[in-house]
Amino acid sequence: MNSLFPSIVSRSQSSGLMNFFVPIISIVLTLITGSIIFVLLGFDPVYALYTFFISPISSTYGISELFVKATPLALIAIGLSYCFKNNIYNIGAEGQLTMGAIFGGGIGILFHDTNAFWLLPLMIFAGAIGGALWGLIPAILKTKFNTNEILTSLMLVYVSLFILDYLVVGPWKDPFGYSFPKSRPFSESGRMPLLFDGLRVHFGLIITLFLIFVSWFIFSKTIFGFQLKVSGYSPKAARYAGFNQTTLVFFAFAICGAFAGIAGLAEVSGPIGLLYRDISPNYGFTAIIVAFLGRLHPIGIIFASLVIALTYLGAEDAQLFLQIPSAVGFIFQGLVLFYLLGAELLINYKLTYKKLL
Amino acid sequence: MNLDLILGILQIVLIATTPLVFAGIGELVTEKSGVLNLGVEGMMLVGAVSAFIILVITGSYFLAFFVSILSGIIMSGLFAFLVLFLMSNQIATGLALTIFGIGLSSMLGKQYIGTPIDGLSPWFFVIFSFLIVFLVSYFFYKTKAGLILRAVGESHNSAHALGYSVIKIRFLSILFGGSMCALAGSYISICYAPMWQEGMTAGRGWIALALVVFATWKPERVLIGAYIFGGVTILQMNLQALGLRFPGQFFSMAPYVATIIVLVLISSNKLRIKLSAPASLTIPFYKGR
Repeated sequence: MNSLFPSIVSRSQSSGLMNFFVPIISIVLTLITGSIIFVLLGFDPVYALYTFFISPISSTYGISELFVKATPLALIAIGLSYCFKNNIYNIGAEGQLTMGAIFGGGIGILFHDTNAFWLLPLMIFAGAIGGALWGLIPAILKTKFNTNEILTSLMLVYVSLFILDYLVVGPWKDPFGYSFPKSRPFSESGRMPLLFDGLRVHFGLIITLFLIFVSWFIFSKTIFGFQLKVSGYSPKAARYAGFNQTTLVFFAFAICGAFAGIAGLAEVSGPIGLLYRDISPNYGFTAIIVAFLGRLHPIGIIFASLVIALTYLGAEDAQLFLQIPSAVGFIFQGLVLFYLLGAELLINYKLTYKKLL
Repeated sequence: MNLDLILGILQIVLIATTPLVFAGIGELVTEKSGVLNLGVEGMMLVGAVSAFIILVITGSYFLAFFVSILSGIIMSGLFAFLVLFLMSNQIATGLALTIFGIGLSSMLGKQYIGTPIDGLSPWFFVIFSFLIVFLVSYFFYKTKAGLILRAVGESHNSAHALGYSVIKIRFLSILFGGSMCALAGSYISICYAPMWQEGMTAGRGWIALALVVFATWKPERVLIGAYIFGGVTILQMNLQALGLRFPGQFFSMAPYVATIIVLVLISSNKLRIKLSAPASLTIPFYKGR
């Protein structure tokens, strides 16, 4: 006879098969829970799920919007995987995104009446620098003062948001903006080129795909990627092998910050075109879900970013057609992460039924 | 400056700081047991909205607070189940709880935005917030149960070897944290505001997290820290009202900057961080062979 409840036994090696299936399981469970929620709210679940997940991407414009939302998510998530692979909990990507937008956008505002080919590259560069510098603060505090990066990176998010707020209501306010808290619009050459006429999907997507490819190369083909992975699995082994943990922390934070900064700049120079308070609907936090859902793997992150981007679009449609507040998207994001984290148990542990007799 | 004005400001500071004390002391107990729950903001929001809805429906303040605390227990119970039984990553699970709570509270509260209610006098809760801090302090340092809880947070393997149930103690600590956060939320929606607004806790959950570190995990210092943070916020509002031309954003970011500075100060001294922070914080307990 077997016992009623399974007991949890540690696997000697994490299961590759489960690594692949766990994200899919968690998405399916989220959809099931989502339909239960819709039924409880008095909606036909099929119609509600259709409105949420199918109708937003049933037009060319919708698909373009999906990529507009997925671009920053994927870019930040791939940056985060440099940190997470090494067990560095940088949860302040939102702040690094904001700083990137401030640095890059600052260049855009400075040259608001200049039209030149070098403007956009300069803005992207400044955005990367801004994000990287902001990311280096927790890195320095961690390596020099032994300060836990979770809280410092999180606190810096709020500091950066207040700096942005100060800039757009204060020194960078549009002199012709009727006292709205927003900056001057960037010049035409300070905007991300659109990929297709009439659609909002922009050059940031190409940058993102390129950086994902570069990251795939770094993770799988270089010593640096190997070192990141080893020190994540076993810090002791990494120290024994002589890997410099300080350098790894610095690089991971700087790269993640730079990617988040570019994502922020791509937002303000892409769909937005100027600086104002609410440049990001929590992309920096949501990208943490994307990174986990994508299992820190470049291909996984691409798919995960599309899935999570769909929760943003679905939430907007749900508000329009079902009169459900768009915050329902957050419920789906929270649920998918819950299921994912719960199901992760299956990767590193296995469930066995003990023989009682 | 006359006495009335000073007393008036003091009153406002007391009323505004109380939710920080509740959420901060709740999170402190959770962290003392070795679990970091980043879901404070989400639990506060769900607590706030559930109290508000129950008050509108039933008109009973008692039921409102009761259901609100129950919601905190359910939300933190969900978190506890994931991190304790499924051994999920505490940081990611806490963030998921906050994201989930933001979504859930907005959805539940949608039709209640702008509904008027009769606010409850805050003074009972202000006094209660002081009381609870001293009770927690007494519990930690004068009772055996408190000592066991702290032992679990310092070294779960030793506590387990001595025969204490690490999982049970952590479960209860997480539930206490959840109910305190929900109480903080319901205080905001019923006494402080009193109204319901999406995201009305306005980042207080994150400040509460900062407070615990600021207080170096000591209950009485949560009180001190909360009043410093709360006082600065009120001071900023008053200075703005008086027309001071200093940008308020720099006041608003002060709690966050202060937390970073304190974190650096306590952690740069390796001995001091060892003595302050629960040693098992964020480390999952696996009772394997």
